Amino acid sequence: MIRAEGIHKSFDENHVLKGIDFTFEASKTNLIIGKSGAGKTVLLKILVGLMNPSQGHVWYDDQDLCDLNKNELIKLRMQVGMLFQGNALFDSMTVEENIRFPMDMFTKMTEGEKKKRVDYCLEQVSMEGINNKFPSEISGGMQKRVGIARAIVLKPKYLFADEPNSGLDPKTAITIDALLTDITNANNITTIINTHDMNSVMEIGENICLLHFGKLAWQGTKDEVLDSPNEILQDFIFASPFLQKLKARAMGNSSTPL
Amino acid sequence: MYYKETIRQMYDIGIGSLMIIFVVSLFIGAVTAVQFTYQLEGTLIPRYYIGYIVRDMAIIELAVTFSSIILAGKVGSNIASEIGGMRQKEHIDAMEIMGVNTASYLVLPKIIAALFMIPILVSVAAVVSIGGGYVAATSGTYSSEEFIEGLRSFFIPWNVCIMYIKAVVFAYILTSIACYQGYFVTGGNIELGQASTRAVVYGIICILIADYIIAVLLTG
Repeated sequence: MIRAEGIHKSFDENHVLKGIDFTFEASKTNLIIGKSGAGKTVLLKILVGLMNPSQGHVWYDDQDLCDLNKNELIKLRMQVGMLFQGNALFDSMTVEENIRFPMDMFTKMTEGEKKKRVDYCLEQVSMEGINNKFPSEISGGMQKRVGIARAIVLKPKYLFADEPNSGLDPKTAITIDALLTDITNANNITTIINTHDMNSVMEIGENICLLHFGKLAWQGTKDEVLDSPNEILQDFIFASPFLQKLKARAMGNSSTPL
Repeated sequence: MYYKETIRQMYDIGIGSLMIIFVVSLFIGAVTAVQFTYQLEGTLIPRYYIGYIVRDMAIIELAVTFSSIILAGKVGSNIASEIGGMRQKEHIDAMEIMGVNTASYLVLPKIIAALFMIPILVSVAAVVSIGGGYVAATSGTYSSEEFIEGLRSFFIPWNVCIMYIKAVVFAYILTSIACYQGYFVTGGNIELGQASTRAVVYGIICILIADYIIAVLLTG
């Protein structure tokens, strides 16, 4: 379980997060959603320790992230995997070298064990046989999968994903969502995904936090989204004219063609 | 991992810079010989002094300072761009999340590689400069024997030590400034370009200041 407690973050005069209190539940797919500029990425970076909050605390179970010393932080980070928006795969390394990088840095596994683990992780993301390709030689969707494989290689307890569907076609985006959910369930990982993809919200959001101008505007599950009276949530979910018409039609209020 | 990265950096800095150092040093030596040939003409200074002048100019000053200035441009901008690009593409964040001490992993191998390779490059530069001076001098009015006699005269081993002290200090200066500029870059491509330029400009200025200080301390 990860708990954000009274998180504030300011950049000079710009107050980006204004007192976020939220619990990201263990072994579930937690989503942070909101419009661009709502503070999602800043919150994610604070949760993962890449930024310090101006005020507030981040709790990993009973450990306060802000109070950890360097060694404790490194120990905690070895339990964390992260998929970046731009994948952050190292260009000069092959897919296999990218995935084994954390093992090379932190484990004393033999070459054989590392190879076996790399192959297993690639199999988990259905990317067998691309070990020797460079990131520039594979598609964006494949890079996302390799990014996921690298994120899970050290068997993390916590998995973070920053806009995993950005730049992907709808079908590939669905596959990535399914993959993240499967990995979360199969490995009992606490996953936190930062997204504004509506499909992700409706399909995989077991615990959702909606940010609006740096404040927590709504929280709930995917099953509660449609029936929620929260105007900010409804405005966010049904932002596109197409979905607005679809909603109106579903409620029997409109006969206009879609 | 640190070992592999250090070897890669040694290759990039050393082998990657060999050609430019060779070409520049050759011409520095040649121009030094031609200039002093012109200045010594009609004086009472013995003719073999040309070899002595080219040798000491190369060893004490030209090989090490010119090479370091060139490396501040080539290696410094390369390092700043590489680390800055990694910052922008979230590679550094990715390493931080994995628990890697990025300052150590990205900076240390580059500094160690430079501390090993730049003195070697400077040695090459000194030898090639003297070679260039020999070719230029013997193509003109000097005989091979005169130049070689000058090379063998008044040799002070301490001058070679000064060359290596300068090489090590300059190597540290140019890599650490470039790493700093790259590591703390913020913004987009324009800022990355500016950081790369700052790495070169600050590197060269600091090298020249250090050159003066070392000269005063070790030869003053």
